[in-house]
Amino acid sequence: MSQTLVIAELAEGKVRKSTLSAVAFAKQVGAFSVLLVGPGAKAAAAELTGFGAAKVLVCEDGALAHPLAERLAPTIAQAAKGFDVVAFTASSFGKDIAPRVAARLGAGYASDIAAVKADGGKLSYKRPMFAGNAYGWCSVTTPVQVVSVRQSEFAAAEPSGGASPVEAVAAAPVEEAAARVEFVRIEAAKSERPDLGEARVVISGGRALKEKFSEVLEPLANLLGAAIGASRAACDAGYAPPELQVGQTGRVVAPQLYVAIGISGAIQHLAGMKGSKVIVAINKDPDAPIFQVADYGLVADLFTAVPELIGELKKSQ
Amino acid sequence: MKILVPLKRVADPDNANKVKITPAKIETTGLEFKPNPFDEYAVETALRLTENAANTKQRLGEVVVVTFGPKDTETTLRAALATGADRAIRVDATDDALDGDLVARALKSIVDKEKPDLVLLGKQEVEGDANQVGQLLAEYLGWPQATFAGSIKSEGDKALVVGREIDGGSMVVKVTLPAVVTVDLRIVNPHGAKSMHTKPDHAYPEGVRFAALMAIMAAKKKPLVEMKLSELASDAALKIQYTAFEPPPARKAGVKVKTVGELVQKLKTEAKVIP
Repeated sequence: MSQTLVIAELAEGKVRKSTLSAVAFAKQVGAFSVLLVGPGAKAAAAELTGFGAAKVLVCEDGALAHPLAERLAPTIAQAAKGFDVVAFTASSFGKDIAPRVAARLGAGYASDIAAVKADGGKLSYKRPMFAGNAYGWCSVTTPVQVVSVRQSEFAAAEPSGGASPVEAVAAAPVEEAAARVEFVRIEAAKSERPDLGEARVVISGGRALKEKFSEVLEPLANLLGAAIGASRAACDAGYAPPELQVGQTGRVVAPQLYVAIGISGAIQHLAGMKGSKVIVAINKDPDAPIFQVADYGLVADLFTAVPELIGELKKSQ
Repeated sequence: MKILVPLKRVADPDNANKVKITPAKIETTGLEFKPNPFDEYAVETALRLTENAANTKQRLGEVVVVTFGPKDTETTLRAALATGADRAIRVDATDDALDGDLVARALKSIVDKEKPDLVLLGKQEVEGDANQVGQLLAEYLGWPQATFAGSIKSEGDKALVVGREIDGGSMVVKVTLPAVVTVDLRIVNPHGAKSMHTKPDHAYPEGVRFAALMAIMAAKKKPLVEMKLSELASDAALKIQYTAFEPPPARKAGVKVKTVGELVQKLKTEAKVIP
């Protein structure tokens, strides 16, 4: 049985749901504690005391005002003393920091894990390779192991009751590397929609939508309470902002329903959505590779099919 | 500015779905070798940061490319030299004797010798998709890092302002050199990366530059040295060991629907994903 320290991901003082996927991983391998670092950590701790953690550790410090790896890694590594496994979210937050923590702990780092197996106390991790076209099972040979956990593969942990004790931990001293990086700003996309990684339905559009990307997709997304995603081609052409990109670069999603509209289905895009429960593809090219992974394919012009789809959905509501 | 660019060759990423998977191995036989796309973007970025776009013939810095691999990976290095890199290093090794941590430790030794101002590399290598060498190297060096860079502006060659692509938006940081920067795909946009010498409004062609025939010939004469892994990393133990491989879960064959009405019907009654 392993002792895991889960590193919570905070956004504007709230715990991101991806953290609960890392908790679900930790519960599979043994006992665990959670660490929250950064502004709002103390207040957000209450969100995580009901999941069966041995302890909920918090660290708020003036030096940790921004999510910079050079500042967070020393404090996280210090708090990780005594744990066997340190688990991050497989997000841009976790992937930025986890390797630095691994280096400090002399630990091996298995990124983006999709499953875990324990054989006689020895952990083995399944992780995607070749843009999701293969999976490798690997073991980490060091006494301490660092992992990042895919939200799309580990269902969020459910509250299990109880009240884990909250304990403050000290921040590590600021090092030279941290003194040489300066936070300038975060430009976060403001959206009323659910987060791409958490949405039950994702409506995704490709380059074929051209300047009508939002005009065509938003009414459908509104109707289904969906998040909006995009292919690389749509982002590169400027039809959709980069943060909507789904794929090997961008977000990895696994919603209940993924609707690919005017997306041809490049390997790099499939890497980000192939785990979706049900995939619908609408494309006028009957040979588009997206149809090879789609449960339901409709060969049609999207500019007539999408409004028609909205109409049918409204009719049947 | 002196820039070190670690790069790797990979099996053609646009045909990654053609790999053959056995429990013991992922076979890439039959797939052409290509430079790892993110590393190729790093080379392009390094070239942009060491030139004035108005006169790219004149080098205003040095770009040293390094790879880990057998003799035939020198082709990948020569291709980078042909597009403009100045020198190359090949560390003799095979993939199965390497992991991200060992590569990062060996790179640290090279950095200690070469003393670059910047290490610029792809955010991940698209075979292992591990996304860790840059961050590990930064920690081993005690340097700042800027990962997933979508834009870089050089500030007087002493600092870089880097736009990082993060989930749900972007984050801008300023790193004082020396530093490690890992690049994402949008770095090779027309305004992705520019040196202090290039006019701020200059628009580069989209993507990476190609080598002219003359440059390919000239690249054969550029310096390329070989190093031994054992000289760079005293401990060759791997921290990650693969024990088995498997294909991704197969999706059941889908159906083509004829009309939007049929699609909605199936989503409601068969897939039950909409109310």
